[in-house]
Amino acid sequence: MDESVVTAPPSAASPSAENGSGPEYDIRLIGLTKRFDDVVAVDNLSLDIDRGHFFALLGPSGCGKTTTLRMIGGFEEPTEGRIELGGVDVAPLPAYKRDVNTVFQSYALFPHLSIFENVAFGLRRRRVKGGEVRRRVVEALELVGLAGLERRKPRQLSGGQQQRIALARALVNRPRVLLLDEPLGALDLKLRKEMQLELKRIQSEVGITFVHVTHDQEEAMTMADQIVIMNGGHIEQSGTPTELYESPRTAFVAGFLGVSNLLEGTMVGEDRVKLSDGTEVQCPREALGGRTGTVQIGVRPEKLRLGAGEANSLSGTVAESAYIGVSTQYTLDTPAGPVTVYVQNDRPGGQVATGERLTLSWSPESTFVVDSQEGLQ
Amino acid sequence: MGFGFLHRHRGSTAYLLLAPGMLFLVVFFLVPLGFLAYQSLESGSIDFGYAFTWAWDNYSSAITGYGTQFKRSFAYAGIATAIALLVSYPVAYWIAFRGGRWKNLLLLCIVAPFFVTYLIRTLAWQTILSDDGLIVRTLTDMHILSPGGRLLATGTAVVAGITYNFLPFMALPLYVSLEQIDQTLIEAAEDLYASKWTAFFRVTFPLSLPGVVAGTLLTFIPAAGDFINAQLLGSTTNHMIGNVINSKYNELIDYPAAAAMSFILMAIILALVLIYARAVGSEKLTG
Ligand SMILES: Nc1ncnc2c1ncn2[C@@H]1O[C@H](COP(=O)(O)OP(=O)(O)OP(=O)(O)O)[C@@H](O)[C@H]1O
Ligand SMILES: [Mg+2]
Repeated sequence: MDESVVTAPPSAASPSAENGSGPEYDIRLIGLTKRFDDVVAVDNLSLDIDRGHFFALLGPSGCGKTTTLRMIGGFEEPTEGRIELGGVDVAPLPAYKRDVNTVFQSYALFPHLSIFENVAFGLRRRRVKGGEVRRRVVEALELVGLAGLERRKPRQLSGGQQQRIALARALVNRPRVLLLDEPLGALDLKLRKEMQLELKRIQSEVGITFVHVTHDQEEAMTMADQIVIMNGGHIEQSGTPTELYESPRTAFVAGFLGVSNLLEGTMVGEDRVKLSDGTEVQCPREALGGRTGTVQIGVRPEKLRLGAGEANSLSGTVAESAYIGVSTQYTLDTPAGPVTVYVQNDRPGGQVATGERLTLSWSPESTFVVDSQEGLQ
Repeated sequence: MGFGFLHRHRGSTAYLLLAPGMLFLVVFFLVPLGFLAYQSLESGSIDFGYAFTWAWDNYSSAITGYGTQFKRSFAYAGIATAIALLVSYPVAYWIAFRGGRWKNLLLLCIVAPFFVTYLIRTLAWQTILSDDGLIVRTLTDMHILSPGGRLLATGTAVVAGITYNFLPFMALPLYVSLEQIDQTLIEAAEDLYASKWTAFFRVTFPLSLPGVVAGTLLTFIPAAGDFINAQLLGSTTNHMIGNVINSKYNELIDYPAAAAMSFILMAIILALVLIYARAVGSEKLTG
């Protein structure tokens, strides 16, 4: 009897999913659309989120991240589309019947309740017995490293501590999915870095699916094992951080995740592209995917080498240089377009002056191909 | 209590800033209060003059002679406060959470009756509740009121009058405290498996308690000492202690008795307020 309470919080949202093989997705969004009057906040979004993953929803401000999260949480009704949690359509369920919990950006701790009662709030609503409540609250507070603060009021805690309490208050319920809307946004840089690692540790410890909303690409790369990049209400690309970084499929993704050099060209063979200045470069065949006509290829600055050692090369004059300490960033004017490169400052006096000519080269495997038009495919 | 908070400010600036207020309090509150206390212990009559004689029996005879009016005052004030709370809470809630851009206009509507004098407003109720008025006729037709039954000159009319006259004192503090509540707290409660009702009772209502306390005090205290409503809408059987004090002071010119009753009224109100504050818990009020 007690066992069932411990292992799986019973709720209307998770009925038969436990028996049998169960669905492999925790969340499925199918053609999800949200319109506010004339604003399309979320546009026909389809997405599967695997169980137990740390999932980041990344995108610029106003791209519909919060709206998506609020629809999953039950605070906003979709204009169109379906939301499935563990294989069950949750459209008819109000927020309080959904087996998801949210960590709000403002933490939203109840100011009139003690830390203990804040964390116990969800358990009490589910009529968990007193001793069990005590045990689980203490356990949750230990998980976030704040045991012993039970009797304080939220206003007696620092921002970082409140953030952890908000996390504990959600996790203590052992939801199917934890939704986090920019939970680290209000913390200073140092604390934010700490909490990123902390959140990652906690996620792997509890094994609950985390959906983490952020507009900070570095944060998403650090924490998530799956990232979805959103733009203007739709998905640009999803995949692991490495996939997204190494082979961005759109110019938007290439530009949003770090710096990249994009060059226009035309197809001249199954794995060859001729740049606008006539230089031919080699690209991975599967990246080109049988394209014809004009294409846009890209290469990350750190993949470029000085000198002509690799298969693909370009020359140009140094237009700008910026000393960053560990490396120097040069922007070159080449006939094919501007190219940025990082050069390690491993030798003293190794700086290149503005106006000097440089040759850069890179390997075909480091080349990616993007759809020049945003939203294509 | 006391002036412990003064210690927070070093130097004389704080005292200087406090001086006008303190002076005002001394001249217009403490001095009259002392005078009233002095007067309440006098004896004599209007014809032969009053003299200070430590006449404590002014107090005892006030209680024995007018216990009914005292009790009635607190009963009427209590009922009126409870009704005002029940009526204002949903209104204040609705304006605070659903009012949108109409908020200010709706608030204006609540205070609008205050643009008319207290006396005139209450006299208007005399007309509304009069024996040949619309309300009495309708209620008689609906057999809710027996033929010949009346509203005017009843306790109901007095309580209704008090409720009406003090409603804004209840509604405005309620509105202010509800308006300040962060909506994400209610979403957070729903996120943590609280239904709309549970979220209200566990989060919204406790957070609005400062407004509830302020509103009930602002309504109850003046209502307990009121005499206009009982005088204009009630009969002698509905008289409250305010009516007695008024007639002792203005008609019978029995200053010591009036002063003693005022002191008793004040003492009871103070005691009730303290008990009330204890019960609600000052911890909750400060969030
Ligand atoms: N309640 C609402 N009424 C009208 N428009 C809204 C509402 N909520 C969001 N929007 C609009 O929907 C779009 C997406 O908003 P959303 O809050 O989801 O963005 P976001 O990706 O979370 O941005 P941010 O990173 O700034 O938080 C925006 O253009 C916003 O103006
Ligand atoms: Mg947002």
